Amino acid sequence: MDTIFALSTAWGKAGLAVIRLSGPLACDAAEKLVGWLPPPRQAALRQLTDSDGHVLDEGLVLRFEEGASFTGEDVVELQIHGSQASVSAVLAALGEIDGLRFAEPGEFTYRAMCNGRLDISQVEGLADLIDAETEAQRRQAMRIFSGELGQKASEWNKAVTRSLALLEACIDFADEEIPESTIEEAEGLIDALICKLGAEATGAEIAERVRNGFEVAIVGPPNVGKSTLLNCISKRDAAITSEYAGTTRDVIEVRMDLKGLPITILDTAGLRESEDPVESIGIAKAIDRAESADMRIFLTETDTAEDLPVDLRSGDMILRSKADLAPDVDMPAVSGKTGQGVSELVESVHRELANRVASVETATRERHRLAIKSAIKALESCAHELSDGGRNLEVAAEELRSAADALGALIGKIDAAKVLGEIFASFCVGK
Amino acid sequence: MFHVKHFDVVVVGGGHAGCEAACASARAGAQTALVTLRADAIGTMSCNPAVGGVGKGQLVREIDALDGVIGRIADRAGIQFRLLNRSKGPAVQGPRAQMDRMLYRQAMQAEIAATPRLTVVEGEVADILVERGIACGVEVADGTIIRSRSVVLTTGTFLRGVIRIGEEARSGGRAGENACINLAKRIEGLGLPLGRLKTGTPPRLDGRTINWDILEDQPGDQMPEMFSFLSEGPIAPQTSCAITHTNETTHAIIKANLHRSAIYGGHFESVGPRYCPSVEDKVVRFKSKNSHQIFLEPEGLDDDTVYPNGISTSLPEEVQRKMVRTIQGLENARIIQPGYAIEYDYVDPRALRSSLELAKLPGLFLAGQINGTTGYEEAAGQGIVAGINAARLAADLESVTFPRSDSYIGVMIDDLVTQGVSEPYRMFTSRAEFRLSLRADNADQRLTPFGISLGIVSDERKRSFDAKIEKLAQARKMLSERSMSPQEASAAGIKIGKDGVRRSGLDLLTFQGIDVDRLSVIWPKLGELDPAATKQIKCEAIYANYMERQQKDADALKKDEKNRIPDGFDYNSIAGLSKELRLKLNSARPETIRQAKRIEGITPAALVQILASIKRRERRPAA
Repeated sequence: MDTIFALSTAWGKAGLAVIRLSGPLACDAAEKLVGWLPPPRQAALRQLTDSDGHVLDEGLVLRFEEGASFTGEDVVELQIHGSQASVSAVLAALGEIDGLRFAEPGEFTYRAMCNGRLDISQVEGLADLIDAETEAQRRQAMRIFSGELGQKASEWNKAVTRSLALLEACIDFADEEIPESTIEEAEGLIDALICKLGAEATGAEIAERVRNGFEVAIVGPPNVGKSTLLNCISKRDAAITSEYAGTTRDVIEVRMDLKGLPITILDTAGLRESEDPVESIGIAKAIDRAESADMRIFLTETDTAEDLPVDLRSGDMILRSKADLAPDVDMPAVSGKTGQGVSELVESVHRELANRVASVETATRERHRLAIKSAIKALESCAHELSDGGRNLEVAAEELRSAADALGALIGKIDAAKVLGEIFASFCVGK
Repeated sequence: MFHVKHFDVVVVGGGHAGCEAACASARAGAQTALVTLRADAIGTMSCNPAVGGVGKGQLVREIDALDGVIGRIADRAGIQFRLLNRSKGPAVQGPRAQMDRMLYRQAMQAEIAATPRLTVVEGEVADILVERGIACGVEVADGTIIRSRSVVLTTGTFLRGVIRIGEEARSGGRAGENACINLAKRIEGLGLPLGRLKTGTPPRLDGRTINWDILEDQPGDQMPEMFSFLSEGPIAPQTSCAITHTNETTHAIIKANLHRSAIYGGHFESVGPRYCPSVEDKVVRFKSKNSHQIFLEPEGLDDDTVYPNGISTSLPEEVQRKMVRTIQGLENARIIQPGYAIEYDYVDPRALRSSLELAKLPGLFLAGQINGTTGYEEAAGQGIVAGINAARLAADLESVTFPRSDSYIGVMIDDLVTQGVSEPYRMFTSRAEFRLSLRADNADQRLTPFGISLGIVSDERKRSFDAKIEKLAQARKMLSERSMSPQEASAAGIKIGKDGVRRSGLDLLTFQGIDVDRLSVIWPKLGELDPAATKQIKCEAIYANYMERQQKDADALKKDEKNRIPDGFDYNSIAGLSKELRLKLNSARPETIRQAKRIEGITPAALVQILASIKRRERRPAA
């Protein structure tokens, strides 16, 4: 059983953040950071240091023994300061430890259930939390992978699949005419992949994409006042406004600091059927971005949300726009022109986002960085086995497989069927 | 009045799945009937005359470890033994041997005749008896009723088999034998999900018309590697195969006649295996290759038939003749039987439980090609599992399953019942994530104790296994008692890092190029150890660094295996699951949380919800 860890409290500026470790290596791993552990169920103040002896933070350490913990396994809780910097540093240090990995959404709960530590009502309470976390991660991943990084990930996927296919062809089709250059091709692919992944891990690519924080999309029919609202919130003329429907065509992004939360507000093209090809592209983009945003503000000029091609999700807001023109509506209203209701809006957006289970951002970035690092390690072992003249082809393949597993969250699953497909497409094997 | 017979288990079909199922069932203590069209065709090798290979060889060893028959029979009938991947590591080495088809058939029939509690019944099964939703016997075409507690169906390619050569098509189960139409209709009537697959064979040649002298000879290994843990060496005289190649003239003839090929003429809608392409396929898909390898495999010592492995085809007979004669050494070759493609029904194996019993029709087990697999070894592997479980059902014992982490048999069955097939399923070592542990050399250590616990292992094998374990323990003990420092090692000519760590003999074996022979120069006492035991300890040492990781993964897998999902579990009742995931779960119907984890797109969050729902059900049984 793997030992897993994750930030168990919500992200955001807070007094405390709790990082939880669970599994057979939990105590060993925690000792690497804090020196020595207090007796079970007793808190102790400790300095947390990384493997080079740098102090990361100071915090309370709590230990729970197997059979008497949330998951039923050995559990250690690190209660540290709730700043993004300390949390990232501690997560990174944990990720360096062999045998530890980031928990998947719901994994602590899953283990607790398997070990009979939770009753049903407890799980039901947790289900919503897990759902939110999963959904938030999915959206985060979608955002990261929609651009350049997505393209890279698919190239990596191809390289890993191809390399595995090359090695497996030599193993499973021993009696067939597999070209002698096959292993060489694999070696080339693996070396190149190590380089690319290395650049990725040290570079800030993933971090860059994630650091933008939350995305909030303003959605609604044309000419409902989306751009005016954006300009009002951001206190500048970021978007062109006019009385003509369909003025905004591209997605306009404004980054801002919302009381300490980094957010990006998206102004999108008004949603309607359009004959204009350029506007249609803008509308498709608007739908896309609105779907992957963390939260949506729906503007309407009628009393209810209009039938729009973007789903309303829990936590989204529906607002009556142009409040200055309709003083008597009994729903929350806002006016970008007069500023009426804008500070209330900003307040509720902040409240909503701060409440989200949003260890997600840091976690996603850290998870990906650690995945890349562990993949590189496996690929290097693989290259080493191959350089021995292919004598240990099956060991090399094993390393490659574990690299593929590590990268799974980034590049998608590579299974036997996929590898065999590549073999049959490339080699004339079989009798 | 109908004649009625009573047995515990009825096995339908006398191919490789059927023989293994019938013998396993009888070994497990069940009175067993093997019903087949012709008793003298039991154990026929309908495709190529060879057993084993990479992945397949591991399967044979595993069946043998459970005291199955295929390994021992293949050793008796083997006429050329080769260990494939000899130059690679032991995890991917696969024993393979050419068979004398007649010797194989004879040995199999003798084995069946000598198996206590096993009776052969000749006849065509016309119907499966089902009472109160449970299979309880079969009806033979002559009216005989055979009642039983369970039935194993192993009808291979016979279900609505259609053989095609060029433009001709006729009904048939294999060359010269009839297809089963009635049974196919009956199976359809039972509401089982059916699909269609195809496969092909090459023409058979008259060996006396082949110019062997000009061809490259392929002899067997000097030190033959046997299949069975009980065999000492080959019994039949040994022979060689030969290798030849297609050429551009051959390819030109194939291209000119493609439209007349049954496969390319648009007569088939079913899917053929990508790893067993017809020669037509090879020429079309790999245009840049102007030559393809052919192995000329003798079908027997007293048989002049030769199986040209590599030119499976469904071209018209006269085109086959022309094509064959363009090949070096085959200039005057006579075709004894043309190559053909065969299309047949299979049952979607996702309808099966891991015990190989149909989920919706208790008492009926399926094994072999009927489940969409190909190959004698794959068939036999399913046969032994179906046979064991059919016998256990008859004895009111709980069924047993084989985890993926312990055997290729387990990998195969798990793949079949959770993923289904899109082409005939063949074993490859790349399908096994625990490949480094699932080796041919340790199949007995992995499975014989399990076989003993099931009561299907003979005393002879048990004694031999215990002796081997004894020898291994002795060798391990002696090796771990001795140790040396890096300095001492270097003085003895063994290069290891000078880290000051003393290493035991076992530790030293993990280094490349160090084996027990080498160590016995330093510690002469090691020379007294059993060579087979020391060889195996070296195999273990090669992968020692990976075993911990594999063990950890295997333990996690087994833990999830214990979380069973009840039959008929309603995924629609779980609100948090996406529609897509619900659809996938409803069609795959995983038996355990472990199987559910294999379904694409599943998340821990979804697993939590499934588990929670199961626990809720357990607490409040359905009213």
